[in-house]
Amino acid sequence: MKNEEALFRYAVRMGDNSLVLGHRLSEWCGHGPQLEEDIAQTNIALDLIGQARNYLTYAGEVEGKGRSEDDLAYLRTDREYLNVHLVELHKGDYAYTIARSFLFDAFHLALQQALTTSTDERLKGIAEKAVKEVAYHLRHSSEWLIRFGDGTDESHERAQNALDDLWRYTGELFVPDEAEEVLAKAGVVPHLKDIQAEWSATVDRVLKEATLKRPADGWMASGGKKGVHTEHLGPMLAEMQTLQRTYPGVEW
Amino acid sequence: MSANKEETLFQQKVDAEQKIEPKDWMPDAYRRTLVRQISQHAHSEVVGMLPEGNWITRAPSLRRKTVLLAKVQDEAGHGLYLYSAAETLGVGRDELVDQLLTGKAKYSSIFNYPTITWADMGAIGWLVDGAAIMNQVMLCRTSYGPYARAMVRICKEESFHQRQGYEIMLVLSRGTPEQKAMAQDALDRWWWPSLMMFGPSDKDSTHSAQSMKWKIKRQSNDELRQTFIDRTVSQAEFLGLKIPDDKLKWNEETQHYDWGEIDWTEFFDVIKGNGPCNRERLAAKQKAHADGAWVREAAMAYAEKKAKRQAA
Repeated sequence: MKNEEALFRYAVRMGDNSLVLGHRLSEWCGHGPQLEEDIAQTNIALDLIGQARNYLTYAGEVEGKGRSEDDLAYLRTDREYLNVHLVELHKGDYAYTIARSFLFDAFHLALQQALTTSTDERLKGIAEKAVKEVAYHLRHSSEWLIRFGDGTDESHERAQNALDDLWRYTGELFVPDEAEEVLAKAGVVPHLKDIQAEWSATVDRVLKEATLKRPADGWMASGGKKGVHTEHLGPMLAEMQTLQRTYPGVEW
Repeated sequence: MSANKEETLFQQKVDAEQKIEPKDWMPDAYRRTLVRQISQHAHSEVVGMLPEGNWITRAPSLRRKTVLLAKVQDEAGHGLYLYSAAETLGVGRDELVDQLLTGKAKYSSIFNYPTITWADMGAIGWLVDGAAIMNQVMLCRTSYGPYARAMVRICKEESFHQRQGYEIMLVLSRGTPEQKAMAQDALDRWWWPSLMMFGPSDKDSTHSAQSMKWKIKRQSNDELRQTFIDRTVSQAEFLGLKIPDDKLKWNEETQHYDWGEIDWTEFFDVIKGNGPCNRERLAAKQKAHADGAWVREAAMAYAEKKAKRQAA
C-alpha cells in the first residue's frame, strides 16, 4: 500500500471514529439523566464532530477526487466506513454510554497525544487541537465511571455489566491494519502497541478507583477497520444519511 | 413597616425603573407570578430541545448537524440559567421539574407541534425563535433583576438561532422545487402557532394588566404580535414564500399589516393538552427523568462517600 492510500484510509478511520461516536452521543441530547449531562454530552459530541470534519476534509484532499467532508460522511455505505466497532454500538443505558466513552477516550487521548509529534503537518495540527478536547472527554467519562463504580449497588452493577459487555470490542483498537502499519513504519503515526500500554495503565488506574473489575482478555471482535461492521452501524447511517440519499446532489 | 407601606415603596421603586433584587421586599403575588413565568420559560427551553433534537441525527450536512447541536445545547443552558433565576425566589429546581413532569406546570405550546421535515428546523429558528425574541428583548428590561440579567445572556444566543433558521429557509427557498415546497409547507404549518406564542388577545389575557403595572411585562401580547407580523412579512417576501393568511394586507392608515384571525379554539385546545405532541413531549421528559434516577442517585451516593472519607 502506498503512503498516500494509507494516509487516506487513516484520515477516514480517524474521522469515522469521531463522527460515529459523536453521533451516538448526540442521541442523548434532550434525554439525558440531568440537564448538566445534556450539556456535557453535547459538548463532547460537538468536539468529536468537529474533529471528524477536519479528518474527512483532509482525507478528501489526500484522495484528490474532489470529495468533501459531506460526500464522505453522507455518501459512503457502512461497508466503506472504517471505524472500530466500539464506537458504533447502540447508546445503551447511561452506564454503557459512559463505559464505552471511557474505553475509547483513554485510547483516543494517548493516540492524539502521540499524533501531536506526527511528521504529517495536518495530522499534527488536528491533534494539537483535539488533544485538549479529548483530555476533557476522558476526565468526564472517568469521573462518571468512578461515580458509578463507587456509587450505589445498582450503579456498580450496571457499570460492571457494561464493561464486561464492551471489553471484547477493545482489542480492535490496537490491532493495526495495513494502513496503520505503513504509516507507523514511516514514522507518521505511533505504533499501536505503545498506545495500548498507556491505555492499559489508564484503565487500571480508573477501574481501581471505581472499585470495578478489569474483565479478562478473551475473544475480541474485529472487522470495523476493513468495513465489516456490527448490525448497529447500518441503521445509524440510514438515519444519518436520509436527506442526502433522498434528494441527491442538492445544497442544504 | 406596614405591608401597605412596603407595597407603596415597592411600586415606587418599580416605577423609578430600579431593579427588584432577591433580598428586597416584594408582594407575594409578584413573587408567585415570577416563579410561574420564569419556570414556564425554563420548562419551555427544556421541552423545546425535543422537537429540534428530533433532527440532530438526520441533519443533512456536518455543518448543519454542528449548528443544530450547538443550538439545542444553548437551550439546555438557557433552561439552567432560568431555573437558577427562579431559585433566587425561593423555589428549588427539583420542585419546579417535578411540576413539569406531573403536568402541573405549563410550557410554551409551540413545542407540542411535530417537526416532520428538515424545513421545520428553519421555520422554528426563523419564526418560533423570532417570536420568542420579541418577548425576550422586552424581558431584558423586566423589573426583577436576576430574570432581566438571564434574559440579556439568552437574547444574544437567540438572535444567532433566528439567523441560522432563516438561513436554512433561504437555502431551501433558493433550492430545487422540492426544497422550496418543503419550505412553504413548513411556513404554512408554523405561521399560526407562532402567532399564538404571544398568548391570548389582550382583552382575554388574565395576567397582563398586573404584570404591566409591575413592569414584569412591558408590552402587551397584541402589541408584540403586531410588531412580529410587521417585521416578518418582508422576510417571507424575500424568501419568495407566501404567508398563509389571505387577509394579510398593508394598512397605510395604521402603518401596520392587517391580518386574519387566530383559531383560538386550537390555541386553548393545545394549552389544555390536546395538541399533536403534548403527550409525547411529556412522556419523553418523564422517561429521561425516570431512566436517569439511578444515575443521579449514584452521583449523590458517591459524593456522600467522598465527603465522609475526606472528613475521616
